[in-house]
Amino acid sequence: MSTEDGRRRSNAGTDQIEELDRVTIRFAGDSGDGMQLAGLQFTTTSAMFGNDVATVPDFPAEIRAPAGSIPGVSSFQVSFSSHDIHTPGDQPDVLVVMNPAALKAHLGDLPKGGLLIVNTDEFTESNLRKALYAENPLDGDSLDGYRLVKVPVGSMNARALADSGLNAKQIDRSKNSFALGLMFWLYERSLETTIHWFEEKFARNPEVRDANIATLKAGYNFGETAELFPVRYHVAKADLAPGRYRNITGNAATALGFLAASKLADRPLFYGSYPITPASDILHELSRFKNFGVKTFQAEDEIAAIGSAIGASFGGFLGLTGTSGPGLALKSEALGLAVMVELPLVVAMVQRSGPSTGMPTKTDQADLLQVLFGRNGESPVAVVAPATPAECFEYAIEAFRLALTHMTPTVFLSDGYLGTGSEPWRVPRADELPRIEVKFAKDPDTFNPYDRDPETLARPWATPGTPGLEHRLGGLEKADITGNVSYDGDNHEKMTRLRAEKVARIANDIPELEVTGDESGDLLVLGWGSTYGANLSAVLRAREQGLSVSFAHLRYLNPFPLNLGDVIARFDQVLIPELNLGQLAMLVRSRYLVDAASLNKVTGRPFLIAEVEAKIHELVGSKVKV
Amino acid sequence: MTTEAAPEGPLALQRKDFVTGQEVRWCPGCGDYSILAQMQKLMPDLGVPREDIVFISGIGCSSRLPYYMNTYGFHSIHGRAPTIATGLRVMNQDLKVLVVTGDGDGLSIGGNHLIHVMRRNVDITIVLFNNRIYGLTKGQYSPTSESGKRTKSSPMGAVDTPLHPLSVAISAEASFVARSLDIDQKHLIGTIERAARHKGTSFIEVYQNCNVFNDGAFMEFADKAVRSDRTVRLEHGRPMLFGKELEKGIRLNGTTPEVVTLGNGVSESDLWVHDETREDPVLSFILSRMHWPDCPEPMGVIRAVERPTYEALVQQQVDEAIERQGEGDLDALFMEGDSWTVE
Repeated sequence: MSTEDGRRRSNAGTDQIEELDRVTIRFAGDSGDGMQLAGLQFTTTSAMFGNDVATVPDFPAEIRAPAGSIPGVSSFQVSFSSHDIHTPGDQPDVLVVMNPAALKAHLGDLPKGGLLIVNTDEFTESNLRKALYAENPLDGDSLDGYRLVKVPVGSMNARALADSGLNAKQIDRSKNSFALGLMFWLYERSLETTIHWFEEKFARNPEVRDANIATLKAGYNFGETAELFPVRYHVAKADLAPGRYRNITGNAATALGFLAASKLADRPLFYGSYPITPASDILHELSRFKNFGVKTFQAEDEIAAIGSAIGASFGGFLGLTGTSGPGLALKSEALGLAVMVELPLVVAMVQRSGPSTGMPTKTDQADLLQVLFGRNGESPVAVVAPATPAECFEYAIEAFRLALTHMTPTVFLSDGYLGTGSEPWRVPRADELPRIEVKFAKDPDTFNPYDRDPETLARPWATPGTPGLEHRLGGLEKADITGNVSYDGDNHEKMTRLRAEKVARIANDIPELEVTGDESGDLLVLGWGSTYGANLSAVLRAREQGLSVSFAHLRYLNPFPLNLGDVIARFDQVLIPELNLGQLAMLVRSRYLVDAASLNKVTGRPFLIAEVEAKIHELVGSKVKV
Repeated sequence: MTTEAAPEGPLALQRKDFVTGQEVRWCPGCGDYSILAQMQKLMPDLGVPREDIVFISGIGCSSRLPYYMNTYGFHSIHGRAPTIATGLRVMNQDLKVLVVTGDGDGLSIGGNHLIHVMRRNVDITIVLFNNRIYGLTKGQYSPTSESGKRTKSSPMGAVDTPLHPLSVAISAEASFVARSLDIDQKHLIGTIERAARHKGTSFIEVYQNCNVFNDGAFMEFADKAVRSDRTVRLEHGRPMLFGKELEKGIRLNGTTPEVVTLGNGVSESDLWVHDETREDPVLSFILSRMHWPDCPEPMGVIRAVERPTYEALVQQQVDEAIERQGEGDLDALFMEGDSWTVE
């Protein structure tokens, strides 16, 4: 390329390209710095280019924690690769920090030798103080082990937008686009997708649109001219299965799955919900789908949210509610009612760190036992749990299929990491999706409210408006067949066992557990939910190292797949990594009398591959075959 | 959902068609029997097919009522009936939904749902049996028990200040607010009928005697011997007259209602003329605070105003969205935003 003086820069500069398999970038800055936006744009561009991508955002619970403070730091990590990846990466290869607080909060995750790009303009005395730095870390030798690149992002951005007509505050808000442009240059990405996005997003605000595009380009050009980087990097396209793709977060996929279930069952969808992190995006998404006939109801509280969904189910519609841990605690009594009246309710449960309010924006798997047992009485519900953000689509449909086929409340158990994380989704065609059969009782001569299908034990669904089927439901124990109120002890025992058996028989209607790796061996790593990526990656690495390790992932938590006991029995040891203190392990140990080992973590962040890998080595590392 | 058009006027159904085989389990002499009888008697006259009627209740003595109505019914959990009714009505607007609740169910544990269903104006009828006591749990004070009331859980007297259910309803923007009395059968059936025909949330407080735990709670003014002197029947557009010979009336002095006797220079034209359709709720609120012995207890429809129902507005948005964007296309939605193809 040429510059204004006509000299071709071919020396240390920009023509040198290094091929990489995978890169993980973390953008970190103040929560007002637009790090989520920068991260998402980098993700979309990389996905459109053809990489496999995986992302994880991390943001404070406060909307605007004090500017410049450590609690106010927001970050977004994106991993992109030329092969199939299962996690957003253990550690970033590149850390982009917009202020001292972001450096303080995230430097510990950057391995030595990692690329550290720092916006020097924000390293003022006052910001250093807010980040609890006694001295400016850019001055001393504390960052010597990293490939430090100092960029005055703020002032470069301000210079690029001097003639934009925007005021200083507006200009400063665009600095994330400058940083993004620089990263696009470093990884040889096209600006096209992001420019297009700005054009749509700010169509009604041309000054802001033009400013963002201008500074994005300025950041890109700065990379090209500044000679700050000895090489650029290239990450080739991944070999993904053929098909149409888009990048999707788990919560968005969840909402689309529920919508699809409504179409597949040909029954309108009702979503009753009370806003709660990290489940609110499901409410936001579904409330956009009004032209599909979806009705969303922002209830006065969590109880009203589930109550209204039960009302919709009673009426013959797809009754859905959604929440997180504290909300499920409030819904428990009503969920028990749904168990008693045996209606096809679905609860979308997006876990977060608890107990109580806990850490609302951090992820956790510690509500498994609450979901399974957190109600009064013997109160079984079906539980499905997606493994990845894109899989949320499929399992949202599956939750409704089970609820409708088996006339049971069903919990769709996700978590914050799945809900807010994203990955490419291979988009299905609507007409390829299997239909869900819904049967309503119609015949007054044969109708009994608590009669049962001999195979599934599902009771008939008889909805108001159907002549001759008038009947009363309620939370009091039901007499077998008639559904009248009954306080008879023997009847209660029979009904308790029937409700349990009905849910247990769902095992006949779900796939068997599959094993990745050998069907038997030294160790089985058994996981559920969002730990899938870390577990799978760790097992694949251990297998490459010659260890006899296999992997199985539970997507059905109640009932378990029929072959789970057999699978476990074929291995000498079982390891269950969980983001809790051993809840699935407790179930597996009690059900199968197996001395399962646990790997537990409750830091509010997902497992690193290395953590699971280390545990595998601890258990069977000495058995490595040379 | 109904497929045939509902006939106007009475159906060929009778009271007995609304009686279930379930044994009624209220205490002998309970005021609930009377309310149940009026409810069963009213149903054939409503002109709604039996399969389109749904009774929903919470927990408490009153909430057993759905078991005794041969319609669709849902005896749910404590305080939550309005939530179930909301979900059902939003999804199926052909149904006539009635919520049966009590002073504990509706105003204590379910107070939140009660106010929100009224502000939304979901088209349901709420009948709140107010006996000023917890009956099913055997005699604790309730949110409508008078201050100082001695019960099992308040042996030295309740220190709580009671709620006025009608004031709550008016403050919560209820579009229809009324009161009746369990033993005044004609007035009761007439009031429930008006409530059931109202479009939007209709709220009726029924003074109901619990002869086991709070016997005679309302007898000071409800007893037939004194009722005409100690209650006032509200009639829209009519001056507020009461007494055996309608010789007394209510006059408004500023915002204070006062009892006057006609004659001696006081005529009907001096009296407060009831206007149930008045949008401004101030006068409705004053009525909701009138109690014996300061004033006669108002009976009848206090407020009946028109505004759109919640479910109609929800449906309107769905219809508008379809008109603007067309019927939803899953495939187009799936591909929303940036997408790419791998060959």
